[in-house]
Amino acid sequence: MEENKEIKEELKTEVQPEAENNVKADLNGESIGDRVKALSPGATVAKRFFRSKLSMVGLVTIIVLFIFSFIGPLISPWGETTPDNSKSDPMISGTIFTYTIDDVEYEGYSITYDWNASLNKLDGISADHWMGTDNSGYDIMTRLMYGGRVSLTIGFVVIILETLIGIVMGGIAGYFGGWIDNLIMRIVDLLSCIPTIPLMLILGMALNSLGLESSIWKLYIIMAVLCLIGWVGIARLVRGQILSLREQEFMLAAKCSGLSTRSKIFKHLLPNVIPQLIVSMTLGLGNVILMEATLGFLNIGAPVETATWGNMINFASQMQYRQFYPNMWLGAGICITLAILAFNFVGDGLRDAFDPKMKR
Amino acid sequence: MVKYIVKRLLLSIFIMVGVSMIIYFIIRLMPMDYIDNTFATLAGNGGISEEKYNALKALYGLDDNSFGGILKGYFSWLWKFLQGDMGTSFVHGEPVSDIILDNMGISFGISFVSLIFELIIAIPLGIKCAVNQYGKLDYTATVVCMTLMAFPTFFLGNLFIMWFADSLGWFDPSLGLQSSTLPYNASGWVVFGDMLWHLVLPMIVLVLLNVGSYMRYQRTNTLEVLSADYIRTARAKGLSEGKVVYKHVFRNTMIPLVTVMASTLPMLFGGAMITETVFQIPGIGKITYDALMKGDIPLAMGYNMFIAILTVIGILLSDIMYAVVDPRVKLGK
Repeated sequence: MEENKEIKEELKTEVQPEAENNVKADLNGESIGDRVKALSPGATVAKRFFRSKLSMVGLVTIIVLFIFSFIGPLISPWGETTPDNSKSDPMISGTIFTYTIDDVEYEGYSITYDWNASLNKLDGISADHWMGTDNSGYDIMTRLMYGGRVSLTIGFVVIILETLIGIVMGGIAGYFGGWIDNLIMRIVDLLSCIPTIPLMLILGMALNSLGLESSIWKLYIIMAVLCLIGWVGIARLVRGQILSLREQEFMLAAKCSGLSTRSKIFKHLLPNVIPQLIVSMTLGLGNVILMEATLGFLNIGAPVETATWGNMINFASQMQYRQFYPNMWLGAGICITLAILAFNFVGDGLRDAFDPKMKR
Repeated sequence: MVKYIVKRLLLSIFIMVGVSMIIYFIIRLMPMDYIDNTFATLAGNGGISEEKYNALKALYGLDDNSFGGILKGYFSWLWKFLQGDMGTSFVHGEPVSDIILDNMGISFGISFVSLIFELIIAIPLGIKCAVNQYGKLDYTATVVCMTLMAFPTFFLGNLFIMWFADSLGWFDPSLGLQSSTLPYNASGWVVFGDMLWHLVLPMIVLVLLNVGSYMRYQRTNTLEVLSADYIRTARAKGLSEGKVVYKHVFRNTMIPLVTVMASTLPMLFGGAMITETVFQIPGIGKITYDALMKGDIPLAMGYNMFIAILTVIGILLSDIMYAVVDPRVKLGK
């Protein structure tokens, strides 16, 4: 009895908003039961997701971070690597001097510029620079925005590539079984035993030696390698799900109707794995952003000139900046933490929303 | 069970060979003159002698950069490795195995003590949260844990250094293991105490960063056990709630936890590379990081193999522990 009551209550809450919009329809004699059927599984999940406070906080944070990084630079008067030379007139001295070539005397004028004196570096918080400037005279706020572009873009690209490889490998292993399964799973075992950070360090070292030290390609190549070893988690997940789904009746039906292997895998098996995939992708995004930041912190990611959150937090490892110029690295750290936290909140919220056992 | 272990061991050998091959080939991406150059600067800084370097070059087959040469180099490295010789570090001029063994202690100490604190906090908290699911405590603990888990090690570490060492002066802001203000004739105990004080901050950071995942794991486990049939039976027998939770639930939540413990092996001995780098603690992680940044190939190979071996042992151990702790589990196939 009690369970029934609970279900009824749940139905009520899910029905109400829609019922208010369609008062007329209600007058036409439709019962509540009809309307509940109209709520598709997707809508139920969305409703549950939007009801959770934490996932909403996460979602809003992600949107804010995206606006900050992708629209912010368009508004900011500073560029990623435009030094602020406004401190003083760079011209220090001008002198007239004479020199002789082939016994003819010439007069010359020499100007000494001191760009270092004019460079407005390590500036505090001001109206021009909302978060001050760094040791090269770059505006920190603007660099945070550009850094967000790199981090977020790389996060999404890496996680999508990883998932694609994982789906294909896990799908093949789970569907075919036998020696193919064995082979793929041994590769998975092998790759999951490789220590990530030492491998990245070695790779960074090797790429430096190949002359890629000051090229953004270094970061791209390292992230590509990260994809190549990062798909194993997704592959395990997909394989496990497919192994259990393969034995169910609807697969027998698919087999009887003579569908091709491809459509059986991609049209019938995979859609059933998608909820778990979305959850693990969202949670994985935070990890990739953390990995990128770690590379930056360890000095093996993008070249120093490029603004990434990891590169910017690297200032904290130098004592004078850590102690006296926290504005140089605090922002980057907060951005990284917020991004990871937001993706974790959303991922958790999605997992709960997809879980049919969850009542709340 | 024996058959299972033998099978796992064979698989481990395959994994070790694979891992070493991948790392070796990435290292061999480096052009030879680069290695020579780095060596030239290292030799000036008191690294190894030229003869030794040439011997090492021959050992790694570094003089031949054709595919056959790389393959030959790999197998000669493998042969030496199987004999227990991991080569000599370019940077330190000592055998790699000695470097790993000498610097493992401090890394293990930090990780082990923090692990114990993590468990002391996480286990009771996880159970409490699960028993009062969706309560105030549960909600707060979840949010706090997720926030802590989102902090990157280097950010929280530097934040703490800024607050507690630079500003408040509770800890030595020059980091490392020894205060520069220590008198040179200080007694052993004073030096030891000073060292321990230097380790407090990194341990706090490690505990804060890791406690969240253990707490959430313990909470999920407890929830699962709480919904099991035997718990209902225990309640139906009329046991008090305290007895149900601390006798029946608690013991059963230990099963998955023990297996997780076994897989923390690489983390325990391999050192927390980033934490050690942030706090300048000369553990195995920091030593390897510094050496890697200078192009120390033998140490890079040695350290990676060390971690890979620990990982493999960890997985094997967690499988075996699973069967030992839980009599329902049979290691088949």
